[in-house]
Amino acid sequence: MSPDKRTAVELADALAAGETTSVEITRAHLDRIAAVDGDIHAFLHVDAEGALRDAAASDARRVAGESRGVLDGVPIAVKDVMATRGLPTTCGSRILEGWIPPYDATVVAHLRRAGLPILGKTNMDEFAMGSSTEHSAYGPTHNPWDLDRIPGGSGGGSAAAVAAYEAPLAIGTDTGGSIRQPGAVTGTVGVKPTYGGVSRYGLVALANSLDQPGPVTRTVVDAALLHEVIGGHDPLDSTSIDQPVPALVEAARRGADGDLTGVRIGVVRELGGEGYQGGVLTRFEESVELMTKAGAEVVEVSCPHFVHALATYYLILPAEASSNLARFDAMRYGLRVTPDGDPSAEDVMRATREAGFGDEVKRRIMLGTYALSSGYYDAYYGQAQKVRTLVSRDFDAAFQDADVLVSPTAPTTAFKIGEKVDDPLAMYLNDLATIPANLSGVPGISVPSGLADEDGLPAGVQILAPAMADDRVYRVGAALETLLVREWGGRLLDQAPALPAVGDAETPEGVR
Amino acid sequence: MTATLLSYDDVLAQFDPALGLEVHVELNTATKMFCGCPTVFGAEPNTQTCPTCLGLPGSMPVVNAKAVESAIRIGLALNCQIAEWCRFARKNYFYPDMPKNFQTSQYDEPIAFDGYTEVEVDGELYRVGIERAHMEEDTGKSTHIGTTGRIHGADYSLVDYNRAGIPLIEIVTKPVLGTGAKAPEVARAYVAQLRELLLGLGVSDVRMEQGSLRCDVNLSLAPKGADRLGIRTETKNVNSLRSVERATRYEMQRHAAVLAEGGKVLQETRHWHEDTGITTSGREKSDAEDYRYFPEPDLVPVAPSRDWVEQLRAELPEPPHEKRARLQAEWGFSDLEMRDTAGAGALGLVAETIAAGASPQTARKWWLGELARRANESEIDLGSLGVAPADVARVQSLVDEGTLNDKLARQVFDGLLDGEGTPDEIVAARGLAIVSDEGALSAAVDHAIAAHPDVADKIRDGKVAAAGALIGAVMKEMRGQADANRVRELILEKLG
Amino acid sequence: MPETSEHAGGPASDHPTISRDEVAHLADLARIDLSEAELDHLAPQLNVILESIASIQGVASADVPPTSHPLPLTNVYRDDVERPGLTAAEALSGAPEEEQQRFKVPRILGYDQ
Repeated sequence: MSPDKRTAVELADALAAGETTSVEITRAHLDRIAAVDGDIHAFLHVDAEGALRDAAASDARRVAGESRGVLDGVPIAVKDVMATRGLPTTCGSRILEGWIPPYDATVVAHLRRAGLPILGKTNMDEFAMGSSTEHSAYGPTHNPWDLDRIPGGSGGGSAAAVAAYEAPLAIGTDTGGSIRQPGAVTGTVGVKPTYGGVSRYGLVALANSLDQPGPVTRTVVDAALLHEVIGGHDPLDSTSIDQPVPALVEAARRGADGDLTGVRIGVVRELGGEGYQGGVLTRFEESVELMTKAGAEVVEVSCPHFVHALATYYLILPAEASSNLARFDAMRYGLRVTPDGDPSAEDVMRATREAGFGDEVKRRIMLGTYALSSGYYDAYYGQAQKVRTLVSRDFDAAFQDADVLVSPTAPTTAFKIGEKVDDPLAMYLNDLATIPANLSGVPGISVPSGLADEDGLPAGVQILAPAMADDRVYRVGAALETLLVREWGGRLLDQAPALPAVGDAETPEGVR
Repeated sequence: MTATLLSYDDVLAQFDPALGLEVHVELNTATKMFCGCPTVFGAEPNTQTCPTCLGLPGSMPVVNAKAVESAIRIGLALNCQIAEWCRFARKNYFYPDMPKNFQTSQYDEPIAFDGYTEVEVDGELYRVGIERAHMEEDTGKSTHIGTTGRIHGADYSLVDYNRAGIPLIEIVTKPVLGTGAKAPEVARAYVAQLRELLLGLGVSDVRMEQGSLRCDVNLSLAPKGADRLGIRTETKNVNSLRSVERATRYEMQRHAAVLAEGGKVLQETRHWHEDTGITTSGREKSDAEDYRYFPEPDLVPVAPSRDWVEQLRAELPEPPHEKRARLQAEWGFSDLEMRDTAGAGALGLVAETIAAGASPQTARKWWLGELARRANESEIDLGSLGVAPADVARVQSLVDEGTLNDKLARQVFDGLLDGEGTPDEIVAARGLAIVSDEGALSAAVDHAIAAHPDVADKIRDGKVAAAGALIGAVMKEMRGQADANRVRELILEKLG
Repeated sequence: MPETSEHAGGPASDHPTISRDEVAHLADLARIDLSEAELDHLAPQLNVILESIASIQGVASADVPPTSHPLPLTNVYRDDVERPGLTAAEALSGAPEEEQQRFKVPRILGYDQ
């Protein structure tokens, strides 16, 4: 049975035209999950029953003429870091195994309100700490382009699900690149909105001042549609922007004509060159050339403090994370490990956190605890927050000269599973190009730029815009997508190898 | 367990105390500090929670505007500066009653700072500097299950998070110096005045017995004339005005005994035991206590506009000392009467009693006499006695009507303390009303005269002062339920 | 946050290192039991990471203000109005153990707060 390769827009059109039903579409994707997820392992939990129930409700609404919007009935996968009422939420960690939240994240509430059936929860690096999804306590996700390779991270499950046609849409979260980098290495589209553009309420925080949920899709306009569903002000998130979401779908449709006349594109000098794979750079340069031909004015900009972004990030993130993760203490929810003897609450906390957290989480908790300790605060966390200011000033200056900034999304294509898992520093380098946007809160998109010559694996281009100008990343992203698809004569994902369907195509159920 | 103590006089001969008070006030907002959960005291366990105050993964805080307003008003009433820009910070430490294992508090940017208030003890004014007042959240409540019923020796604990997230204002004084022997009284007077001030602002219920006002007493002693402060202890759980005074005195005597023997006071948290009147060692304060404060990234800065602050300042109620001067004039109290009333923490009670119809002097008489004696016996504060100002006013009006005399009135208070109902119900149920039946009274007088012929003769001879003995006998027969003046009249009529 | 006495001082050298004892102390602060083997493994790893992030010291001069939030919002409040929360059953739904509608936890060391 062949997968349903239609984009969300195509599915929405088919639903609107009465050519298909949400139940039909949802069932097809559940079948696909059953067939290929044994190999991919994009999902930690599949909610076939719930998804089909929601799909049937959507169909009933449509019959009654009460559609809740364009995406009503189009199914979606949600990263397991989002609280879903009644559905397990583990964040890829043992410490939350079996936890079923009694509430919905605002993003999830928006999805339900807009009528999108939720297929299940996708795999991720434990508490979103990683760039490969290998740090999931429930085993790695495999890249649909090459099952021996990583799908990026931390949102590898969402990207792989979309790339493998297990879901037309997915939700990701991006703290240092966790939406954009998996997009790049799986040949899909990922958007990190402006910080505060999409509510973080119900997103299990990794680093509160960096985290941002966003769309994971196969096309730019699909991302815009999803972004408009999940975006907007949320009174439950104090850092949420109290302004209307820009017209994103309109911007994407406008960009899709491939015309970039008058758009100033800044190539960031510091995000390229040494440390970047040859084939990734080649594809990036071709993309810039295509945009130039389409009328864009290309300038080189310098952001000198970006070289400190990685260090800044690895101080701020662990500090915030060490505090966020303190609540996992075996008292109110989640795992409880009771050591022998007559253990006190403290003993139980220590034993549970030892058993429930993986190595990377422990490393970062220790690092963050250190960075916040008395005697070190000014030298580390305090200093990192100052460098953050400098990074933002670099962005401000660059956006004087350019409407958007571009760079390769990730320095390399997907590496082999296991290759970097015990070398934290090598792993951290994957986020070199994506981190500055999180430090400053600006929006960014990754669109596929082609396959690297060395290994035939996907690479991505990142487009960044000033805060609140999310429409620009959609316009330029859609334009580049159109230009590249014209060159390729089809979508990049069409070049991906077919996956062996090993499942028996029965509807999957429950936690894997 | 009991430590060696030095006599109080010896303490004062050798040392100067430095006092510091940290008061936690629960605000009476309708909802919690960072979420919309109700704050009703005494609700069924875990019925007033949400993802935020339970610290569920993914939940986020949003600041209660009313709590910020209350914090600013408290700051203004304590003559503080109000920050133009400040932030919340996380205080990181693990404790099972703290859902996130960090407390959302304020660190080096409190909303209010650098203020003062003046308290009066025995006619002398003491200026208590206010270091800071900051906003934070309360913790849940643990019940310790086991044979002891206390935390030590408990088998396990049960936690109710209804209280978690209720807004707290922590008010910290600067070190209070130069109080000498009066340190315990100054400590008590400060907390009493703070209560009064908070009540006047209407920002808190300030019920110490319910924990809506909690007090920690910091104390250190330095040898007389020394130019630096001694090592301090922080005594927690000092939850009545009386205990503030007692705990301060106890710690002064305990520190002094340690220092007098050449020992060193341990910098530690002490725990006050109301029942035994002593403190015991709690956690040792050490470098290990590292709260790793950092700005709360889920909240944005609080930057109260100057217009708002000035508007709140203009709307502040009358400050306590001005209010006191006004009341003293209105009530016609002497300085001493006013001081005693304030010192007993009875200003509000007296005012309410007067408002309910009693005269100022009778209101003061009951609260500072009979009721103060009973509170003292039970070792509780007057306000916690359970007698309402309106009841006191009613008792007095029964006296004024001639239904009760003072002795009977005291029995009505017995009934009130035992929860037997309203004063009128108690009078009826206990049969306390004065007997105005002239026949019964006349018979009792006759009995008394017959039983004491020698006394009767003296009165007949014009020694009227001897009537007292006969009045006593009549009152005894009438079991107190007679008007002594009428009895006197009858005796003189019959023997005149 | 501005400099404070509590946070003053700090590492003087440009090449900070965390000793094995310090790692044990951090683990204690973070309430994580670490085995001897884990301590041995973690200390050098943390040092490698620290060495790479130490470059940040001296990058920003004293007059650069810190950024704690990407966007400069202030004064975000909610009205003091009740909002529906969880039922006791929902609140306790994830509890490892419960008793008398309360979360049952092992014995607690130290005094009541």
